[in-house]
Amino acid sequence: MAPLIPDIIAPEYNYLIALIVGIGFGFALEQAGFSSTRKLVGLFYGYDFTVLKVFFTAGVTAMIGVVLLAHLELLNTSIIFVNPTFLPSAITGGIIMGAGFIIGGFCPGTSAAAAAIGKLDGWAFIGGATIGIFAFGEFFPLLEDFYMAGNQGPLLFYDVLGIERITFALILTAIALFAFVATGMIEDKVNNKPVHLLSGNWKNKTIAASVPVALVLLIMITPSRKEFTMEKLEARAAAGECKPDLIDADKLAFEIMNNYYQYNVIDVRSPEEYEAFHIATAINIPLDDLHNTAYRELLNQRIQTNVFYGASPAQAKKACLIARYHGNTSSLALDVTARDFENTFYGDISIPENPSKEQQTVALFRRQAAKKMKEIEENLASREKPVKQKMTRVQGGCS
Amino acid sequence: MNPYLAGVLLGFVLLTTIYITGRGLGASGAMKSVAVTAVKATAPEHYESTTYYQDYEADHPDGTMQSWLVFEMLGVLIGAFFSGALSGRLGLKLEKGPGVTNTTRVIGAIFGGMLFGFGSQLGRGCTSGSALSGMAVMSFGGIITMLAIFGGAYALAYFFRKLWITR
Repeated sequence: MAPLIPDIIAPEYNYLIALIVGIGFGFALEQAGFSSTRKLVGLFYGYDFTVLKVFFTAGVTAMIGVVLLAHLELLNTSIIFVNPTFLPSAITGGIIMGAGFIIGGFCPGTSAAAAAIGKLDGWAFIGGATIGIFAFGEFFPLLEDFYMAGNQGPLLFYDVLGIERITFALILTAIALFAFVATGMIEDKVNNKPVHLLSGNWKNKTIAASVPVALVLLIMITPSRKEFTMEKLEARAAAGECKPDLIDADKLAFEIMNNYYQYNVIDVRSPEEYEAFHIATAINIPLDDLHNTAYRELLNQRIQTNVFYGASPAQAKKACLIARYHGNTSSLALDVTARDFENTFYGDISIPENPSKEQQTVALFRRQAAKKMKEIEENLASREKPVKQKMTRVQGGCS
Repeated sequence: MNPYLAGVLLGFVLLTTIYITGRGLGASGAMKSVAVTAVKATAPEHYESTTYYQDYEADHPDGTMQSWLVFEMLGVLIGAFFSGALSGRLGLKLEKGPGVTNTTRVIGAIFGGMLFGFGSQLGRGCTSGSALSGMAVMSFGGIITMLAIFGGAYALAYFFRKLWITR
């Protein structure tokens, strides 16, 4: 799953990729006409709305792309960089940038595009921006408190509104389309031209506008890839095919006592439940996290068989199905719950009066197993903990 | 190029960047690298004793110019030059409003750049890094910054109309 850096493409290539996407960025900016300062400020006087059209189209295109890739599980949106929110500095900084925009006629990206084709005002703007950043650095001690005020972290707009991500995508797309129509009309009025938006090729305009809306609606009504595969797996499990293989408590205990290194026992309950009790040698991966790519390798170790258990047999089976989905065919599910397992071995194991030979053997085995499993767990307490691969958010932004 | 087509192109560049690297585009950060490097070269003692520069140094252990955005902005210069050459827009030029002298325009560009540079540091990113990339990932702060930039420019447009539209 993307982002491709650092797991699929080595971070060493990051600068090369920066150069390549930069070339694409510069090409697109210049082709959009952003190397012209009069075109840029046209937005603020109503005679040329190119900036708004390009900017909004680019933002909506990328946004729908991100949502679509996440929907298809091709991009892990929980680790991509999201600009942190600090409202006081974001608003004040934004207004100062707005003033810089209307006075200087550029923003940093567009000034570079202008400078590249020989615009002297572009170079002047870059020089000014560098001085401005230097000034910020010099005044930073005075500004630091204000700069750090109101930290809300990587806050997402749809969370603030309390709506679904896809609903927000639809709203933003609708706003963009409305803005394109409105500014198209204003632009013609300001330039004393007949409003050409209402004439011309209706068919093409409608098709162009409906593509993003249709994409968002499609994402809205179809299940995500994860939902889709889980539904399919559950349906197949319910129909009786694709039954996860089960292992019973005594067999598991026996295997832990004798061949623990061949098993990868995984507790899919919450970390709190895991802390309170877990089967010897077990590691903890909560069921909701099991889908995470970070665990894929762990679930597919050839020499070890996965054994899942949870708070209910259904949980263990579900975990087993997820592992199967990720390509592991040999996973097992414990046929009793974690609590049953605890009671079986660590509870009160009594031998009834006049026991049969079998009852006696089982009880003795369980007592012995409990002792042995405790020993193994204690011996393994100092071992290297294998799972906690932390997924960290990518660092980005303009720093 | 048709602005909507250019917008889709730009959107795909941004999407590709997010897909490959997990981060968005940026611009002002490269100018920060230049500013910090200049301070380091000209006033090393001051550089050593200022936390702001030292924080930057800590984030860029390989060198002050070894930053993702510096390489990206080198690419922007190359890509824009290539585009300008293709469309026949290369050449030394100063673009300005109808009633403005060259000196006024250059001073305006420098002063506007200073404000933009200062504001981009306060607002943690400019139109590229904060507004555009923020919109793509639906960052609350990014979209608020975008509204503040355009709102601020609109609010002040009337007072600077002589720079751009009237004589």
